[in-house]
Amino acid sequence: MATVRLLVGTRKGAFILTADGTRRQWRVDGPHFGGWEIYHVAGSPADPDRLYASQSSGWFGQQMQRSDDGGRSWQPVDNAFTFRAPAGTHLMYDGSAKDFEFTRVWHLSPTPADPDVVYAGTQDAALFRSSDGGHSWHELDALRRHASAAQWAPGAGGLCLHTLVQDPGQPGRLFAAISAAGAFRSDDGGASWEAVNRGLVSNFLPDPQAEIGHCVHSIAMHPARPQVLFMQKHWDVMRSDDGGGHWQEISGDLPSDFGFPIAVHAHEPDTVYVVPIKSDGEHYPPESCLRVYRSRSGGGHWEPLGRGLPQQDCYVNVLRNAFAVDSLEPCGVYFGTTGGQVYASADGGDSWMAAVRDLPPVLAVEAQVLP
Amino acid sequence: MIRVLVPGQLRALARVHGEMMLEVPPPVTLGAVLDAIERRYPMLCGAIRDRVSARRRPLLRLFADGQDLSFADADQRLPEAVCEGRAPLLVVGAIAGG
Repeated sequence: MATVRLLVGTRKGAFILTADGTRRQWRVDGPHFGGWEIYHVAGSPADPDRLYASQSSGWFGQQMQRSDDGGRSWQPVDNAFTFRAPAGTHLMYDGSAKDFEFTRVWHLSPTPADPDVVYAGTQDAALFRSSDGGHSWHELDALRRHASAAQWAPGAGGLCLHTLVQDPGQPGRLFAAISAAGAFRSDDGGASWEAVNRGLVSNFLPDPQAEIGHCVHSIAMHPARPQVLFMQKHWDVMRSDDGGGHWQEISGDLPSDFGFPIAVHAHEPDTVYVVPIKSDGEHYPPESCLRVYRSRSGGGHWEPLGRGLPQQDCYVNVLRNAFAVDSLEPCGVYFGTTGGQVYASADGGDSWMAAVRDLPPVLAVEAQVLP
Repeated sequence: MIRVLVPGQLRALARVHGEMMLEVPPPVTLGAVLDAIERRYPMLCGAIRDRVSARRRPLLRLFADGQDLSFADADQRLPEAVCEGRAPLLVVGAIAGG
């Protein structure tokens, strides 16, 4: 029977959860790197035992860790994320200009075919790539040199590149999401970038339909239909059927279209998951009931999924990288909360159980299926 | 031998127990000791000093033999007690929440 492994990053360390294919009993291993913020742990699709972990601290800065044995042991690799000169400037909250400056790695995205090749999205927003398993990192600086970069401004979490989506059918096609700049597309492996934000509307901007300035929270793609993208924005759930060329709103009957993560079912490209949050100022679920919402029609109509989740007095949030699906049948769905719970569904979201309840606030969840 | 005590999270990262013991030829300056730490424990590069600016990370302080060396220049010589191994150089994390 297959094994499912969850890679969980929290505010105070990384945890690895494992279960057999029934996904009912979970073993919790950790904390790894106790006391450090683990923004993301990601496994290589080509070698699931090759893991990368972004380890950071306000005191001690950024570390990058690598495991070659599925997280049983780790070795620090290179942590030099040096922006190519000149650094350039971006806007701050008050409209003043500030030099781009590295703070941390938010997101790791190993490539499908080669475990040594991995992308890292950073704060301040930039994209780095390693082709030697993390032993050195090089900035793909065309993104930070985009004509709009001087107009990028941070969201509440900082000016960060928090999402990178690779098109598995078109090597070199990348989608990057930056808060609060928007979505960008490259068709040449990061050598050049185009802003792809047409159709997004953000009322906090002087021009709500501006090409730049949107606070994209997350982007998801089904690998079998890579031209279709789903986006959870600061407000609004959006969909593009042309690789980001145009976006249309699919919030439909959601109780709130504010939220952070978005994900697509492993086997049904039109089945999409979001976790509505009450508002940008109230980061907890509507009616204090924790519910994942699922659309089986690619958006528009959504059904609440709350069986097994707290349905009263719940005030947790689910952050953008803390939602994942596995590739088993039926599809497993997982998410972690700022209250330290990791919830698991072995039936596509119909019912949920807590895989673990009392971790530090969860920043990231990834799911792996091992033979 | 120069004794250095770093915070527990850096000891875990560097896989050292207790104090570091470092050979640092004279003159034993603050910069020379920090260089020696990073040579012996390369995973600590960037953890005490910023990789680009080489400035002390803002939430760390450096103390030795009752003196605050946090704002000392790299070529500042360390107190005799540290040079003679009677006292450690202390790398201390600020009490800043968390």
